Amino acid sequence: MSKQNKTDSSWFVCRLWSGFCKPSVKYSAGALLVVGFVAGIIFWGGFNTAMEATNNEAFCISCHEMKDNVYQEYKQTIHYSNRTGVRATCPDCHVPKEWFHKVVRKIQATNELYHKVMGTIDTPEKFESHRLELAQHVWQAMKETDSRECRNCHDFTSMDFSAQGRRAVSQHSKGLEEGKTCIDCHKGIAHSLPDMREVNPTATVGIN
Amino acid sequence: MKTKRQRGAGLGIILCLGLLPAWAGADAVSSLRGQNDLDAPSLKAEITHYQKDGQVIERDYVQQPPLIPHKIEGYQINRKFNKCLSCHSWANYKESGATKISQTHFEDRDKHVLANISARRYFCTQCHVPQADAKPLVENTFEPIRAIRGK
Repeated sequence: MSKQNKTDSSWFVCRLWSGFCKPSVKYSAGALLVVGFVAGIIFWGGFNTAMEATNNEAFCISCHEMKDNVYQEYKQTIHYSNRTGVRATCPDCHVPKEWFHKVVRKIQATNELYHKVMGTIDTPEKFESHRLELAQHVWQAMKETDSRECRNCHDFTSMDFSAQGRRAVSQHSKGLEEGKTCIDCHKGIAHSLPDMREVNPTATVGIN
Repeated sequence: MKTKRQRGAGLGIILCLGLLPAWAGADAVSSLRGQNDLDAPSLKAEITHYQKDGQVIERDYVQQPPLIPHKIEGYQINRKFNKCLSCHSWANYKESGATKISQTHFEDRDKHVLANISARRYFCTQCHVPQADAKPLVENTFEPIRAIRGK
C-alpha cells in the first residue's frame, strides 16, 4: 500500500516537472506573459504591503511588551516630541531603510515571534531582567552598521558644528576624528538604560 | 484669687480679640501669587528655558554647590546609571573636559572615606541645579565676600 502511494507521488512530481519544462501547447505565449505579469505584481505588491504593514509604530505597540515598557519611555524623549515637530518612530531607528538590510532584519525578527509565544518578556519584571541583554543586542547592531539608522537623519557631513553648544562641538569633533559612531556615546537616548554597573562602572553607584 | 499677671494676660487677649475685625478689614496681605481669588486660576507660569550651554559659573559663597552651566534635560540619574558621572566622574573628567566631582562626595555621613561616590552624594540634582535667566522674585542685594569676589 505504502509502496503504491510512493510510486503515485513520484509519478506526479515527474509529470509536474516535465510539464513545467515543456512549452505550453494549450495557452498562447502572450496569455502566459500577461498572467505571469499580473501574478507577479500581486505577489510582489502583497509582499511589500505585508512588510510595510509590519513596519510602523502601530504594529510595534500592538504587543504589550513594547507598548508598556519601551514605548512609554520613548514618549518622554526628544525623538517623540520636540520643538520642530519631527518624530522618529520605532522602525525609523530599529529597521533599516534599504531593501536588502530591511529583509534581513525582518527575517531576524521571527526570533521575536518565538519569544512572544514563550512569554520571555511578558511582565515588567521579566522585561527588566532582560533589559541589559536586549540593549546590548541593539548597541552591537548599531556599532556593526556604523549607526546606519541614526545617520538616516543625523550625519557628520551635514552637521553645522558652529550651531552646536560648546560641549557638543568638542565631543563631536573628537568623535569624528577618532572614527567613533553615534551609539558609542548616545546610549539610552530613547529608552531607559539598563543597570550599567557592568557596562560602565565609571558612571554608576556602588564599589566597582 | 487671680494674680496680677493672670489678669494682665486676660486683658491682653480681650484687646486682641477686639482688634481682630480691624485687622481683617485692612488691606489683604499681598502674596507672591498675586491678588487673584483663591478659586480663580493662578497666574500663568512662564515655561523655564534653561541655559543651553555656557562657561563655569562662579560661586557666590564658599559652601555653595557649584551651579550647572548647561541643560540637563533627559539625563538619567538613578540606581542603574548616572548621566552626570559619564563626564564628571574621576575616570571621565579628563577626557570630557568637565569639572571633576569633589572629594567630599566620597565620604559617608560618618566621615568614612569610600572607594566610590557615596550614596548620599550620588543624586547630583539634590544640590546642583541648572540655571535659567529668571527675574528675581524679590529684590536682593547679596554680594559675595571679597575673599571670593576678589577686589
